[in-house]
Amino acid sequence: MNIQRPIFALVLAGSLAAMALPASAQLTEQVPPPRLKWSFAGPFGKYDQAQLQRGFKIYREVCANCHSMDMLSFRNLADAGGPGFSEAQAEAVAAEYKVKDLDDLGNPIERAGRLADHFPAPFANELAAKATHGVAPPDMSTLAKARSYSRGFPWFVFDMVTQYQEHGPDYIAAYLNGYKDAPKGFVLPEGGHYNEYFPGHTTAMPPPLQAGQVTYDDASPQTAEQYSKDAAAFLMWAAEPHLDARKRIGFQVMIFLIVLAGLMYFTKKKVWSAVH
Amino acid sequence: MRGNSTYQPTNSVLQWLEKRLPIGGLVHSSFIAYPTPRNLNYWWTFGGILSFMLGVQIITGIILAMHYTPHVDMAFRSVEAIMRDVNFGWLLRYLHANGAAMFFLAVYIHMFRGLYYGSYKEPREVLWILGVILYLLMMATGFMGYVLVWGQMSFWAATVITNLFSAIPGVGDAIVTWLWGGYAVGNPTLNRFYSLHYLLPFVIAGVVVLHVWALHVTGQNNPTGIEPKSDQDTVSFTPYATIKDGFLMVCFCILFAWFVFYIPNFLGHSDNYIPANPAVTPSEIVPEWYYLPFYAILRSIPNKLLGVIALFGSIGILAFLPWLDTSKVRSARYRPLFRQFFWLFVIAAVGLGWLGTKPPEGIYVILARILTFYYFAFFLIVLPLLGIFEKTKPLPNSISESVLGAKA
Repeated sequence: MNIQRPIFALVLAGSLAAMALPASAQLTEQVPPPRLKWSFAGPFGKYDQAQLQRGFKIYREVCANCHSMDMLSFRNLADAGGPGFSEAQAEAVAAEYKVKDLDDLGNPIERAGRLADHFPAPFANELAAKATHGVAPPDMSTLAKARSYSRGFPWFVFDMVTQYQEHGPDYIAAYLNGYKDAPKGFVLPEGGHYNEYFPGHTTAMPPPLQAGQVTYDDASPQTAEQYSKDAAAFLMWAAEPHLDARKRIGFQVMIFLIVLAGLMYFTKKKVWSAVH
Repeated sequence: MRGNSTYQPTNSVLQWLEKRLPIGGLVHSSFIAYPTPRNLNYWWTFGGILSFMLGVQIITGIILAMHYTPHVDMAFRSVEAIMRDVNFGWLLRYLHANGAAMFFLAVYIHMFRGLYYGSYKEPREVLWILGVILYLLMMATGFMGYVLVWGQMSFWAATVITNLFSAIPGVGDAIVTWLWGGYAVGNPTLNRFYSLHYLLPFVIAGVVVLHVWALHVTGQNNPTGIEPKSDQDTVSFTPYATIKDGFLMVCFCILFAWFVFYIPNFLGHSDNYIPANPAVTPSEIVPEWYYLPFYAILRSIPNKLLGVIALFGSIGILAFLPWLDTSKVRSARYRPLFRQFFWLFVIAAVGLGWLGTKPPEGIYVILARILTFYYFAFFLIVLPLLGIFEKTKPLPNSISESVLGAKA
């Protein structure tokens, strides 16, 4: 048995060393985005209503020109845990949109949007979007959960404990604000834009946000950095609209389970005390 | 499920029923009076946890099926509609998706426990083989459930896994076309996966009944690996095992709830929030974490057919374990050499899982080959030889002696 110990230790050390090796060059290199502070991070996280409203403004004035978000309806703007619009406000927003429909005779018409309507796409279909932009801009409904970056070993293990889940918004905020001149020697394909955080660095989307482009209703700074953050937070809400409820109920469930586990433990001890 | 019950109901209605259908006696003998070894540790509570997880998956799954649409144009949207518009739909779906992961976590602990304590040895071979069948059914069910989301990773996982069958010489391509119900992964594929994903859990439930039946015929193994010899060695299932199982089940639920409520997408791949697109291949195609070791084995072998054989062989070999392990001693407690090789096997399995996430190139391929070799060598070389050469430690005379030895 004593002979095996060193072998065991050696193999263990070897496998740990192998895990620490840097990953070989990946096809699409991705620079990890800086970690930002989000109101919705952590076990007690909640969306910041004012931030979601600012983000919605950016979506409406900038993003929506090219991107669809068709899994959301206007009524969602007035949902609990969202941007906190009143039903009347959401209705007013909806009324500003033109929605395709049929009249009673079956003729195609355009009418003002209603609460129940989904956000209309800026293009008739994906092909039309592709024809205009070269690449069809992705739908924004699930975007914040569809974007991520690799944290690698051992960080992903710690993330389980620290509940770091904001890979998507971190990446999106960094990406929106990550446009730079291409470094010397980097061959930028035609129609491409150099972005520090986009995997492979060549993105089809031109820099979307410039300082002062969107007028905020509150006193928040109207910088590209703030815009990027607010847009990313809004997209996180669009992708995960029930996050507030999830974390609130989660805490209640945790309290219940921990108390129950304690009661079970002492019951178990009592029952088994006669045997041991 | 063992022998004739001594159960005598006092209630007259129950007496009437018992004469016609002795179901009360069955429950009483199986889950109340059933003798369990008194020295079972917490590793023995995972059978109960697995039954609980199967129940969670079936209940959440049936409700999700009420809202899901198995059509290539609507599947992804219907899942998003569940997440957004169904009351507590997000909870149901996160319970179901993370529940699958928890199910696999529990089954891996359950299997490693069986391996460590030699629970597969005579007379429990059939019990073990039924467990291997359950594990295979779980893998098939989990895979098909993942495809139903119809995101990018769903689609490409379905493509990669079904394509494995094309490696079969001669008839491979015909089999793949038959599996797809067409010439590519498409609507017929999604439809049949949905149908089977609904069917298989009930097949699992049926095999679980056989598994529990076989268990109740042979009785449980225990950390000493020696059979109970007297009533002193056992305690009744209720209240002793029930309260112990119940306590750890609640602890397991805390872990489960941690994932569901706080990090529900941690175990998933972000690409699966992009709708399936046959025209765009993701930069990496990675299976769910619980298949990663087998994915690494598959990719470590340069020949496709041999890779597929190794993949299925790595699971199939488990069914022969009762005969590959030649040692008469069950528990690793008394097998010092086996213990070393066992932990190396655990490291190899986890290491293969990690390699499954890495691109199949350079150092990763070499490591995967070394670990794959050890995986098979453990079963085919180490276990048969250990039984012959290993000097085991003396076994205690009885279970009660091993528990009370010092005190008695």
